[in-house]
Amino acid sequence: MSTNVTETDRTDLSDKGAASVRFRAVDKAFGSLTVLENLHLDVEPGERVVIIGPSGSGKTTILRVTMTLEHIDAGTIQVGGQHLYHEETSAGSLKAASERHIRKVRSNIGMVFQHFNLFPHMSAIENVMLAPVKVHGTSREEAQHLGMELLAKVGLAEHANHTPGQLSGGQKQRVAIARALATQPSVMLFDEVTSALDPELVGDVLKVLRDIAEEGKTTMMLVTHEMGFAREIADRILMFDKGRVVESGPPSQVLDDPQEDRTRSFLGAVAEH
Amino acid sequence: MADDNHRPEAPPTASDDARPAGTFEFEIEQSHKWYRRPEVLVPVILVVLGLSLLAVVEAPSGRFRSQFTPGRDVSFGWDYFFHLVPQMLRGLYTTARATVLGFLIAASLGLVMALLRRSERPYVSLPAAFVIEFIRSTPILVQMFFAQVLVRATPWLTLNPIVILFIVVGIHYATYASEAYRAGINSVPKGQWEASIALNLDPATKWTRIIIPQAVPNVLPTLGNYLVAAFKDVPIGDAVLSTAGVLFFANTIRADDFRPVEPYLLIGVGFLLVSLPAAWLVRRLEESIEYERD
Ligand SMILES: Nc1ncnc2c1ncn2[C@@H]1O[C@H](COP(=O)(O)OP(=O)(O)OP(=O)(O)O)[C@@H](O)[C@H]1O
Ligand SMILES: [Mg+2]
Repeated sequence: MSTNVTETDRTDLSDKGAASVRFRAVDKAFGSLTVLENLHLDVEPGERVVIIGPSGSGKTTILRVTMTLEHIDAGTIQVGGQHLYHEETSAGSLKAASERHIRKVRSNIGMVFQHFNLFPHMSAIENVMLAPVKVHGTSREEAQHLGMELLAKVGLAEHANHTPGQLSGGQKQRVAIARALATQPSVMLFDEVTSALDPELVGDVLKVLRDIAEEGKTTMMLVTHEMGFAREIADRILMFDKGRVVESGPPSQVLDDPQEDRTRSFLGAVAEH
Repeated sequence: MADDNHRPEAPPTASDDARPAGTFEFEIEQSHKWYRRPEVLVPVILVVLGLSLLAVVEAPSGRFRSQFTPGRDVSFGWDYFFHLVPQMLRGLYTTARATVLGFLIAASLGLVMALLRRSERPYVSLPAAFVIEFIRSTPILVQMFFAQVLVRATPWLTLNPIVILFIVVGIHYATYASEAYRAGINSVPKGQWEASIALNLDPATKWTRIIIPQAVPNVLPTLGNYLVAAFKDVPIGDAVLSTAGVLFFANTIRADDFRPVEPYLLIGVGFLLVSLPAAWLVRRLEESIEYERD
């Protein structure tokens, strides 16, 4: 099993490497419910990792702690070699990161949500331009140019002046992807980005994801129930259950020749619908 | 772009994909009319109202006086009633002016209070919560007496009664407004806050561009109702601080002429003339916001 889940010593938290996202001994609980338990995971630069698993297994949580929407309880996460939740002291030990440090590291990460979360009072282009102008200090002209390029890339140049209320679900999601791309993150997180869409609108969104994958610049972590798409886009598939990686490997292995019973029963259940 | 039929998903047409990126001649339309943009609308309304009233800096002055010879137990007379109208309007103007100026303070201070109360730092949020609850749970009548004696007891502080009035009204209603803002802020969906984090927006951008523009429209009807309520509280100032508003007008006329029915009835009519259209405007605002939400 070509697993990247390493059972390293839990105190070994500071190792550096080329990995784009590196989870070390990450724990996350909501009250008494443990959602992530001693998670070790390396995602390589440019790698496309698809996370599958039953409902409640912690797939969303792993993306949310990477985006800092939820904070981890223990362990470390590194993004592009920098600790996300920690700062290194001059003595070489780790201390809790300041908000400023988190913001700096977080600028490498982008996320697309299941329910789009577009800003409803702004047009598509304003949604896309906001972060470049306000966070990156890009001039409005430049941000508009970039924004229009991105909207064209997702096939929505014609809709630049429409507000989210005037767009279909599939269009909203593509605007949301363009908005996330506008900050030029090296890591993009996608949480079931097609599952709130009518079936006939899914294709356009998947096409955009394929385009991003093809460029190969962006590390992608995707949670999806679209197994066909997972097979096509993934370099590696992680089967998640109860906050742990049960099985990990290329699609041909995990989907076609699963080694674990849990994976087999999950794939069986998914295949039934 | 003028295509109104944009709701259905457009099929991926060749032009969508074939168009080379970065070659657009494109004008960003202001996506909303300015009056639909709360972050523009609210300051505009407040500033215009405030300034136009402030521009007429002087409150009308002069004693209220009737043209009739005083006499006891005179029955109701329309002549007497109508001849009081201009003076009543003068009083009503003073009352309205104090209301608007007071509310100008309330609307802006209320937002500050709401933000302080939401602060993550307990040494900010706890005192803010205490002050808000304290002011909200004491009657404005008591607060006016308190403000009056406080100003009298402070040698270096001399304030015109009308200034005391709108400061008290402002602070009192700021606490109500702050609760309305708080509810409005909490009504902004969680996804909007999360998108702000995901885009790494700084706190100032998050608040001014994302949260407040979405919270304020929900709050406007409530603020409108408080404005009408404040208008009805301001005459308390006439009784306590002797400001020259409508109630002071009626009290003066009664003391001079011993004819209380007409002036009090008249100020009732005056209130109705202001409150009814105001209530109607608030309802219109509510409806238009419902509509915006679809
Ligand atoms: N904010 C929260 N507070 C309490 N419990 C939470 C919270 N977020 C998630 N959980 C719980 O944590 C567990 C894992 O949730 P998570 O959303 O990561 O699952 P998931 O694998 O994404 O599931 P699904 O396929 O249904 O989206 C679930 O049992 C969920 O109820
Ligand atoms: Mg989920």
